[in-house]
Amino acid sequence: MAVTDTSPGWLGKSIKRKEDDRFIAGRGNYIEDINLPAMLHMAILRSPYAHARINGIDASAASALPGVVAVVTGELLAQHKLAWMPTLSGDTQAVLATDKVRFQGQEVACVIAEDRYVAHDALELIEVDYEPLPAVVDPFAALDDGAPLIRDDKDGQTDNRIYHWEAGDAEATERAFAEADRVVTVNTHYPRSHPAPLECCGCVADVNPASSRATIYMTSQAPHAIRTVFALVAGLPEQNIQVISPDIGGGFGNKVPVYPGYVVATAASLLIGRPVKWIEDRTGNLISTGFARDFHMKGELALTNDGRMLGLRVKMLSDQGYAYADAQPSKLKAGLFHIVTGSYDMPAAHVITDGAYTNKAPGGVAYRCSFRVTEASFLIERLVQSAAYDLGIDPVELRRKNFIRSDQFPYTSATGFVYDSGDYEGALDLALEKARYSELRAEQAELRKEGKLIGIGIASMTEALGAGPSRDYDILGIKMFDSAELRVHPTGKAILKLGVRHQGQGHETTFAQIVAHELGIPPDDILVHEGDTDNTPYGLGTYASRSTPVAGAAAAMVARKLRDKSKKIAAHLLEVAEEDLEWEIGKFSVKGAPDRSKTIQEIAFAAYTDHPPGMEAGLEGAHYYDPPNLTFPFATYIVVVEVDAETGEWKPRQVVAVDDCGVRINPMIVEGQIMGGLTEGFAMSAMQQITFDEDGNCIGANFMDYLLPTAWETPHFDLYETCTPSPHHPIGCKGVGESATVGSPAAFVNAVVDAVAHLGVRDVDMPVTSGAVWEAIQAVKGTG
Amino acid sequence: MHRSITVTVNGQSRTAEVEPRMLLVYFLREVLDLRGVHVGCDTTSCGVCAVLLDGVPVKSCTMFAVQADGRSLTTVEGLASNGQKHAVQEGFKEEHGLQCGFCTPAMMLVASALLEENANPSESEIRWAISGNLCRCTGYQNIVKAVQHAAATLNPQPASGRTT
Ligand code: FES
Ligand code: FES
Repeated sequence: MAVTDTSPGWLGKSIKRKEDDRFIAGRGNYIEDINLPAMLHMAILRSPYAHARINGIDASAASALPGVVAVVTGELLAQHKLAWMPTLSGDTQAVLATDKVRFQGQEVACVIAEDRYVAHDALELIEVDYEPLPAVVDPFAALDDGAPLIRDDKDGQTDNRIYHWEAGDAEATERAFAEADRVVTVNTHYPRSHPAPLECCGCVADVNPASSRATIYMTSQAPHAIRTVFALVAGLPEQNIQVISPDIGGGFGNKVPVYPGYVVATAASLLIGRPVKWIEDRTGNLISTGFARDFHMKGELALTNDGRMLGLRVKMLSDQGYAYADAQPSKLKAGLFHIVTGSYDMPAAHVITDGAYTNKAPGGVAYRCSFRVTEASFLIERLVQSAAYDLGIDPVELRRKNFIRSDQFPYTSATGFVYDSGDYEGALDLALEKARYSELRAEQAELRKEGKLIGIGIASMTEALGAGPSRDYDILGIKMFDSAELRVHPTGKAILKLGVRHQGQGHETTFAQIVAHELGIPPDDILVHEGDTDNTPYGLGTYASRSTPVAGAAAAMVARKLRDKSKKIAAHLLEVAEEDLEWEIGKFSVKGAPDRSKTIQEIAFAAYTDHPPGMEAGLEGAHYYDPPNLTFPFATYIVVVEVDAETGEWKPRQVVAVDDCGVRINPMIVEGQIMGGLTEGFAMSAMQQITFDEDGNCIGANFMDYLLPTAWETPHFDLYETCTPSPHHPIGCKGVGESATVGSPAAFVNAVVDAVAHLGVRDVDMPVTSGAVWEAIQAVKGTG
Repeated sequence: MHRSITVTVNGQSRTAEVEPRMLLVYFLREVLDLRGVHVGCDTTSCGVCAVLLDGVPVKSCTMFAVQADGRSLTTVEGLASNGQKHAVQEGFKEEHGLQCGFCTPAMMLVASALLEENANPSESEIRWAISGNLCRCTGYQNIVKAVQHAAATLNPQPASGRTT
């Protein structure tokens, strides 16, 4: 656990969170807390069918209900060219259905009323004439010849394929496989999941008819990008749109995309001239907003008999739903999935990916994940374990033998990533020691004799995050830099404004610590401001673990700019040359005469009251940071589970996490992120899944069917760390908010499989329910 | 069709006219302007709407406001007294028991009710007590520590020897 750091400065200090006081007092300001005078309420009518033609909508009874102000349909939006909107992956998505509905839960009409109860009452009065069509539920069948065409609205779209994208070197990989002693295969489905933050999505749109100014409060992790999209879609001048993201009750990727509710509420406010509030309900959230994962993956690993990895071949089919809407960097169709070679020195790799339309909700968002690294990490870590069993080598030894060694960094992977730094054996060794690995293996053998099963699962994950270098990464053409503005006030207090938007990650504290470390202004004296497009510099937002790698770097860089200016002011105040000054955190002093010094607060005051002739007054600056590379945090997770072979029931007994995210700004917050991530890793491996029946009905669009772990099931976590700073980040940080979600599912699944591997079980698909384990055992019994 | 109800909320008597179908959570949020109580689901599953009814945690999304007539309610706004944070509030801040804060008011109320009944709960007693309240951010471990922190503040010499 966190060690107290007594070094000077503010990095590595577990100070308590500045944002907590308002939350523990019940004074957070979430979207539902925003109420404006004369505000109306909006409710959404959703399709009961997965695929149907709309022959007509009769809203007359709904419109006549007292208290109803308007019923908005796709037809009305079409008159304003707003029936369709672009997605963040460059596809299109219906705002309200016009011709057809293409998934169950699709937005068909919206009621705007004087209160929320009336709005919901009126939904029941809308008559929609649907003509059901065959639903395409299976992504493989979607690509068959003759499958019903889902996107017949798109010119030139003749089948259900969205993309075909490859990475790596096919020929080199073929040669590697030709030379291999063995090929190990894992076929797996990473199930469709949903981030399900506890706060659903929502907005309050306020278009002032007199000034034409639109103020839109919304649950957005990326307010600047959303504003640009709104400007493009609605043709509104961008300076007339202000997007404000108030406190957000969790995001996890779910609050990155633009959803129809935001657009309709804004259009309705524009047409009616009053503010319109839309608060999504949980069913709406689970059935229609950004789902995650749903990758069907086949991985083949070529090895020598003594366990040397020669090559990796991967085929992946992504079930995208009816729109490609997951906010991928535009040059990378399957995100960063090609990081699938993981922590291993893989001489050759070839990754083939396809995306298919199905009659399901759009999405594929990076749920606590840097653009699909989660699926990649799962696949390679499952392959490594299967290979270890096939070769009769301990999974630890197989990893050790193939890790990228510390002296190989920067390391160029077979699919083109340049890993910045790492020490994979260091993290593995510490995890083995803390989990008492060799004792565990002995215990496992002993227990087996008594008919009791435990399993030990390991995952040594590496992820790529912090998008990104603008040469490679953009969303809809907008480069993925990020930004910071810093102003030090005359009294030596400061405001730091950022283009990102936190949802619980602690930015108000950690980013203040970065500036505190660079300038010596205590964190309590620094206000961190985010989530208001009028009052923060442009940035791409908080997701994919990019805030600290990109915006955190921008904060450090802008503070350094101000320090440079402060030096000039100090030289003027002390009447010495700049070269004669030295910096220690918080003040400049004259070399050799340490009692002659000026604190940053004195310098700030002088910047407004006594600045050097010829210099601009004030102490303020901005920095747009374009990272030279991604950062590559890594971890080893070890999970020990107990499995009941009779019933298939299992539960975690021990979870050891060794994370290396480079320099930790606030270890307490980092550990909070890791524990949250481990919980979601456990949740995905054990219970979270969104399923559909053969007609495309969504099974599980509520918290009775879509299971989330409570405190009771969630295991205790033991956390440890190693520290390998990023060589290119200004303060050596890497991202960490998602590492454990990315890496730990494989450790949980590997552990369950390990408990029953001696019976011949090699695989259990997620979610690993007791039923799935029991069936896997029965299947090998049948064959054995 | 409105009905008049009187409830004692955080020690103060409040009377209002409500529609019989108004849920308690919306009564608290929209009529009494107590915004610390939240809504997170439509199936009584998440617990972010929990408040104390005569000292006992209830999910306010699953009760009508009229059912609270004549009863006493505590919300997060009533936890602090005389400008002093409740020990549970201190515990959540000290132990980093919250991230986005959305589940936090309800978690703290449930924890405070537990501590009223059981001054020195074990880890599993705490986990069981909060198992009707979901948190998507923290992984619960720091919430457990936060409750233990509060227990230690309220009851400085706990009986020894109970860890799980
Ligand atoms: S809002 Fe989810 S239980 Fe009440
Ligand atoms: S702190 Fe975010 S849901 Fe608990």
